[in-house]
Amino acid sequence: MIIGSNPPKFAVFVDEDRCILCRRCVKECAYSALRIDEQKQQIQTQVRGCVSCHRCISQCPRDAITIIERPCDYRSHPLWTTQIRENIFKQAQSGKILLGGMGNTLDFPSIFDRLVLDACQVTNPSIDPLREPMELRTSIGKKQKRLSFKPTPKLTTDKTKEVSLSDLDLESTLSPNLKLETPMMIGHMSYGALSLNAHQAMAQAVAKVGTFMGTGEGGLHPSLYPYQDHMIVQVASGRFGVNADYLNRGAAIEIKIGQGAKPGIGGHLPGEKVSASVSETRMIPEGSDAISPAPHHDIYSIEDLKQLVRSLKEATEWKKPVFVKIAAVHNVASISAGIARSGADAVVIDGFKGGTGAAPSVFRDHVGMPLEAAVAAVDAKLRNQGVRNEISIIASGGIRQSADITKVLCLGADAVYLGTSVLVAMGCRVCGTCYQGRCSWGLATQQPHLVQRLNPEQAAVNVENLMEAWTLEIAELMGAAGINSIESLRGNRDRLRGYMLDEQLLSVLDVVSVGA
Amino acid sequence: MCGIIGVIDRTRERMDGASLRDALCVMDERGSGEGSGYVAYGAFPDYADLYAIHVFYDRALSKKEQVEAVLEAYGTVEHDEEIPTYDVGKFDVMHVSWRYFFKPNIDLMPQSKTPDDDIVAKIVFAVNTSIDGALIYASGKDIAVFKASGWPGDVANFYRIENYEGYMWLAHNRYPTNTPGWWGGAHPFNFLDWSVVHNGEITSYGTNKRYIESNGYKCTMLTDTEVVAYLTDFIVRQHELPLSAAAAVFAPPFWEEIERMGDHERELYTALRDTYGSVMLNGPFAIAVASKNTLMALTDRIKLRPLITGERDGKMYVASEEAAIRRIEPGVTRIRMPHAGEPVIGRVVA
Repeated sequence: MIIGSNPPKFAVFVDEDRCILCRRCVKECAYSALRIDEQKQQIQTQVRGCVSCHRCISQCPRDAITIIERPCDYRSHPLWTTQIRENIFKQAQSGKILLGGMGNTLDFPSIFDRLVLDACQVTNPSIDPLREPMELRTSIGKKQKRLSFKPTPKLTTDKTKEVSLSDLDLESTLSPNLKLETPMMIGHMSYGALSLNAHQAMAQAVAKVGTFMGTGEGGLHPSLYPYQDHMIVQVASGRFGVNADYLNRGAAIEIKIGQGAKPGIGGHLPGEKVSASVSETRMIPEGSDAISPAPHHDIYSIEDLKQLVRSLKEATEWKKPVFVKIAAVHNVASISAGIARSGADAVVIDGFKGGTGAAPSVFRDHVGMPLEAAVAAVDAKLRNQGVRNEISIIASGGIRQSADITKVLCLGADAVYLGTSVLVAMGCRVCGTCYQGRCSWGLATQQPHLVQRLNPEQAAVNVENLMEAWTLEIAELMGAAGINSIESLRGNRDRLRGYMLDEQLLSVLDVVSVGA
Repeated sequence: MCGIIGVIDRTRERMDGASLRDALCVMDERGSGEGSGYVAYGAFPDYADLYAIHVFYDRALSKKEQVEAVLEAYGTVEHDEEIPTYDVGKFDVMHVSWRYFFKPNIDLMPQSKTPDDDIVAKIVFAVNTSIDGALIYASGKDIAVFKASGWPGDVANFYRIENYEGYMWLAHNRYPTNTPGWWGGAHPFNFLDWSVVHNGEITSYGTNKRYIESNGYKCTMLTDTEVVAYLTDFIVRQHELPLSAAAAVFAPPFWEEIERMGDHERELYTALRDTYGSVMLNGPFAIAVASKNTLMALTDRIKLRPLITGERDGKMYVASEEAAIRRIEPGVTRIRMPHAGEPVIGRVVA
């Protein structure tokens, strides 16, 4: 008791004049922060439990509830911040690594917010997407470096005539690609970390939108088989849920090497989240912790990755693209160039603002690098080495809005993975306590009474709406820039300008300053 | 805005530059008097097999020795001369123009299928990126380029293009917004056998430039049009695809159209779009692309710039305006406006 209690993070107030004691908030709070005092006939708060998930607020019919962050301040100090002090308190008491949820919490400036997009004025017309076709279709996978054609047998060799395309047959063999109707997919959040209802909602949404979602390292639940053509099945270091059937059901396969929220370390799904159904899908005992090792123990170098890529392709008769996901770390560009030579069809770059259910906060906050710089460096390196066509670039980690997507495509990505934004579309308030398994929104939990709060059909509509809305916004931004097809936006850094970015970073981004 | 003209004679019958000059002047409204140019194919019958390397020097010729050292390192200059000019007093004469008739030493490129072209390309990029004060603005065989910062008539008179003959001509009247006054920014852009005139603005330039530069080309003209010359060279010479395939990657059909095609064509167009997505030219454009035997005219996929074609007596004409064609050939027939993204290709048969 040397340290005693830290001040609570939140204060919860229930306005007695408005409250009608319907008790809905008490029932909805998954963290036991609210209860009814039957004698006093009032709602009482136990604020230490509150994570500010806003479930109570959202369900209160009388708008009677208010939550305030940091009701009690420490003496302010620029170096010894509240967070720093409380971390020390916790570790002095526990002797353990600190865990945290969601993405990086440090105040790193956002590069996206210091990049501005272009629009046409006078010298060329902007294009109105309501009147003219606007193409966002994106194909993900290996492209040929060059195409070769041979004359069709019927072709006469009249040298006075130009060769028409219809007189030619394609000689090159093409690699399997995923066709996306919009350059965004849903990234890998496993069944186990998320509920089955959340997975069903996302699966319905991607099928509707014409894109794909990742299974994460959680296997593929049989109820998702109807959507398997829209699923990217993941093979991670724990190999949970992986067998030949699983691989062959997916539209593509992703080897997960690392994750932006915790580069260099593995994963941990606490046993409380390993329900009977999760255990069956992951092929692990019920209630056991699912621990993914830090490295793949069959990948200790780049040539091992090549073997795994080939093995997975063999297992699926060379019909499926294989992605490799890595965290954006300092050498991300060279690593990606190695991946481009491994036979993989896409590399996923996960920036350090990427979310997660739980990660050691020292990793979440201090390891890795921003997505924007990583994508710029990877695209440039692949081009310099003449292997850009070998591999698609998928940008992931901290993408919050359609402008971010547009900007990261300009920096060289082919498509993006969305994660947190999709959860938010289904109700998530970014409270950052996914690892407790008590998500009041039925998203990051396996408790049946919480899971059933999420209606998959309704949540699917929300996710679909979000993706449709962002697609419309990207189409408008493209039209304003005088571009009517997404391939002319990709890597088009001339349509970006940096605002208040330093010279070194501008040169990494290969973007010039505003006014230049 | 800009105005373009192209004409090709199917039988290689040569015509002098006077009518091109007069036709381009019809479209003075489309320019601003800050850049005009012409290119003639078949201009140097005495040196037809040699590369006609054109260089803008500063007026003191301070970099001439350096450029000539590069040429000598890679081959032989069979003949060279200052390009005759006649000051018309209408614009600043910023450069001395020189042309070299050059034979590359092909032993220097043993691995290449087209060693002579590769050597000349190397020289162009070496000079243009490393010798400040010298610019190679043309490098094709039997091809003469005339350009400067001035009105079409003045530039034509400056070079007296009526003294030159060609079986194919391109001409361009510029309204520059980016680099007015820079002679290197005037069209046509020539690279090896390829010449390009362009009306428009390429909004995909950043993508195109990075793609072509990762394939060994270097953009040095400070304007978007030059990538079209490099991309055409890359697709047609290096990747050995027909000109129609180049048109199909510059201005591909929309996916919706591709889906309506039969299996065979759908496969071709899908493969072309997926493989050469970074070659697609976006934004408003009408271009004319010449090579030794062909003249291709093409607009962007939604035709945001005008293009007219016509024919008469074995000649095909393309231009921004019908009036310009009629100035050359009042009796022109088969005037039509090609569809958006539809390539019109004329070809010599002789």
